[in-house]
Amino acid sequence: MSSIRIVARTQSWRNGAVILPLVAVLITLLVTSGAVFAANANPLQVFFEIFIEPFRSRYSFLETLVSATPLFLTGTAVALAFRSGYYNIGAEGQLLVGAIFAAGIGPRLGGVPQIFGILAMVFAGAFGGLVWALIPALLRTRANIDEVVTTLLLNPTATLLVAGLLNGPWRNPVTHFNESERIVAAAEFPILLSRSRINFGFVVAVIVMIIVALVVHRSALGLKMRAAGLSPEGARFNGLAVEGLLLKAALGSGAIAGITGACLVGGIQFRLTEGISGGLGYTGILVATLGGLNILGVAAAGFLLALVNVGASSANRVFGIPAQLSAVISGSLMMITVAVMLFRRYRLVYRKAK
Amino acid sequence: MSVSTHVIDEPGPITARLIDISKRFGDVIANDRVCLDVRRGEIVGLLGENGAGKSTLVKVLYGLTLPDEGRIEIDRAPSTIRKPSDAIAAGIGMVTQHFSLVSTMTVVENIILGTSRIIIDRDSARKKIVLLCESLGFGVDPDELVSALSVGQRQRVEILKALYRDCRVLVLDEPTAVLAPQEAETLFKAVRLLANSGIAVILITHKLHEVRKMCQRVTILRRGSCVGTYEVAQHSDDELVELMVGRAVEHANHETVKPGNLVRMSVRNLVVESRGGRILDNVSLEIREREIIGVAGVSGNGQSALVSVLCGLTRPTKGKIEVNGHDLTHGKPMDYLNAGVGRIAEDRHASVIAEMSVAHNIVLERIDGFRKAGAIDEKAISTLVQKLIQQFAIRAAPNDPVSSLSGGNMQKVLLAKVLSREPKVLVIAQPTRGLDVLATREIRNMLAFQRVNGAGILLVSEDLDELLELSDRILVMYEGRIVAEFTNSQFDRNEIGLAMTGSGSR
Repeated sequence: MSSIRIVARTQSWRNGAVILPLVAVLITLLVTSGAVFAANANPLQVFFEIFIEPFRSRYSFLETLVSATPLFLTGTAVALAFRSGYYNIGAEGQLLVGAIFAAGIGPRLGGVPQIFGILAMVFAGAFGGLVWALIPALLRTRANIDEVVTTLLLNPTATLLVAGLLNGPWRNPVTHFNESERIVAAAEFPILLSRSRINFGFVVAVIVMIIVALVVHRSALGLKMRAAGLSPEGARFNGLAVEGLLLKAALGSGAIAGITGACLVGGIQFRLTEGISGGLGYTGILVATLGGLNILGVAAAGFLLALVNVGASSANRVFGIPAQLSAVISGSLMMITVAVMLFRRYRLVYRKAK
Repeated sequence: MSVSTHVIDEPGPITARLIDISKRFGDVIANDRVCLDVRRGEIVGLLGENGAGKSTLVKVLYGLTLPDEGRIEIDRAPSTIRKPSDAIAAGIGMVTQHFSLVSTMTVVENIILGTSRIIIDRDSARKKIVLLCESLGFGVDPDELVSALSVGQRQRVEILKALYRDCRVLVLDEPTAVLAPQEAETLFKAVRLLANSGIAVILITHKLHEVRKMCQRVTILRRGSCVGTYEVAQHSDDELVELMVGRAVEHANHETVKPGNLVRMSVRNLVVESRGGRILDNVSLEIREREIIGVAGVSGNGQSALVSVLCGLTRPTKGKIEVNGHDLTHGKPMDYLNAGVGRIAEDRHASVIAEMSVAHNIVLERIDGFRKAGAIDEKAISTLVQKLIQQFAIRAAPNDPVSSLSGGNMQKVLLAKVLSREPKVLVIAQPTRGLDVLATREIRNMLAFQRVNGAGILLVSEDLDELLELSDRILVMYEGRIVAEFTNSQFDRNEIGLAMTGSGSR
């Protein structure tokens, strides 16, 4: 009797980190084409619209980068934490608190040079995210309380905090909309290219990614963090202060998530709004996982998901298929990737009939 | 299946025979046309280093692995064994190092579990088990829960399980690896009784003195191939080792150097409490320069806790620890490292970052000394690691992940890391556990060399031979206390063994 068996690999498959996500994307396309059919559209046309069209139109391409910017940042935030063995599920909340701080300081920066205005926004965002990350980080390192639960629960807390501010003290005094006061011009992130929304936030994201990549892969601190993430026991035996490393990773991750909030306020919305994130922090977990917790991978995965986002809404306009298709594709992608990534540690063995 | 009557009275007819067994796992040839036979009433030794293919061979016999080629004969008739139930039906029993007992069930329940009958006659089963127990001198209460049994008793239950199913071939895979010397003695007596009653026994081991004591014939495997089958009495230990390893193995001579007077490490009245009980109870010891203190004991008598404290991983409840004048009573791992203590923990895998490279594992504990302009100085690391790989004969490249290394090479990486810092004190637990003969030799020679160079070494090992060979003094631990001390002029394997079981305390 011939059969296929799953066998553990003796070593994890290195090239698998690149090959398996691509396989996951292909399987996702196959699986979701069913959903596209159900919406009475041709999957080939739809996938062409999503994956090829942005490379043929300047506006779509730049719009994809705009959409990718927050994903780069939250993906990097999550990857940094996960790499160190700190499972920060709270990028969403940290992003929102970062946005609160940036939107709070933004209207009060009148009269300062723009460069200082922008820096103040970025630091305010980072500080906000850090404050929100500090609570679960201390609970984890001081009292060994599982950070997955605490970081997760602080997300809706932050959402309610935003809603409370916007429906209470921060309600716009002029329009009475539930949005905060507009930030001043000096605090706005300048547009990089005309006839597009691509702004200085993209530069911030790229700089953050480069810094994190250097820290993780080139610095002594990064080596220690990776060691703590791979084997806390082994790291402790080798004299590393694992709790301190977790704290640093948690705060770094929170600060980067907070910067995302500042970029959204400074470059896109110019004020705090209730839907400012819409789950970008959660998508960051998807981006980090898809990218194999590697910064280059995060860049690729962030760009891919941005393509799906932007493309699905244009497919919505062109073919009239539901805009939720974007969520269907990214959700399927997440599940399929997680499943397929198991093959870094396992392989299929085909046994011939005897 | 019944045995044909006309062969049963012949002296030692072949009961089971493995012929030209070959098995590949990917590129690795685990067995290359290996032959083994075992006769009625005989104990045949199966000797070989780790990875020589011993386990693969008996797994084939027990139906756990299907061979690529080869055949099996039971009582001279070809036999198809494709799964363990086939093997059991053919009268083969196996006791591995990993027991398959349900700890929440009693001994009787465990033994009758899996005998595929619809109605089980408990009382007659119990009677049969009690009889077996008595005839073999096994002191196992058939109604006791397995969770309440010691490791040695659990092993006896595994043997009873095989016998209850009327096995005629019994495979014992490194049975003494988990036992104290006295328990091993009990086991060997029982095994001899079994052989005398006509059971064919295959004894897998890498300990020569066991082969010498128990077997007339020994089959030696090396790197998947069968070296041959030999009469044990006609070959010296050195000859057998050479057959097993493929070349002669050197012994280091360190008898001429005597311990000095300088105390390197002193531990006074150490107490570790956990959940109300004392894991370590008033342990005091001193290690001087050029001295190896061996710590013997049946596993689980506080040795692990002692090592854990002296590695900086566990805080002592009471007591005082001093190393070269530094007070390390409440020391963390980094404090121990800074005081010049080299540590090799019991669990190799818990002392490395398996997915990281050999080079990064070696420098991890002192990575702050390898920085250049904020970045890691990979060039300096590479130079150091290349040198260590040569010096310690590690068969690996600096960038190989540690997880890809064999146990022996992993242990050498750990030793290279520790010894390259020229520690004044070494705390080492189970340095050669699970390693092959050659790696064991190399590592013991390294320890002897460190001693000659002036280090004080605390050597915790479950291998009494290792302690007898290397130690200047041996301390015996029992229930968290040091119950006996021997100096190397008065080492006596029997007395040490007795002290390990708690009965010879003085």
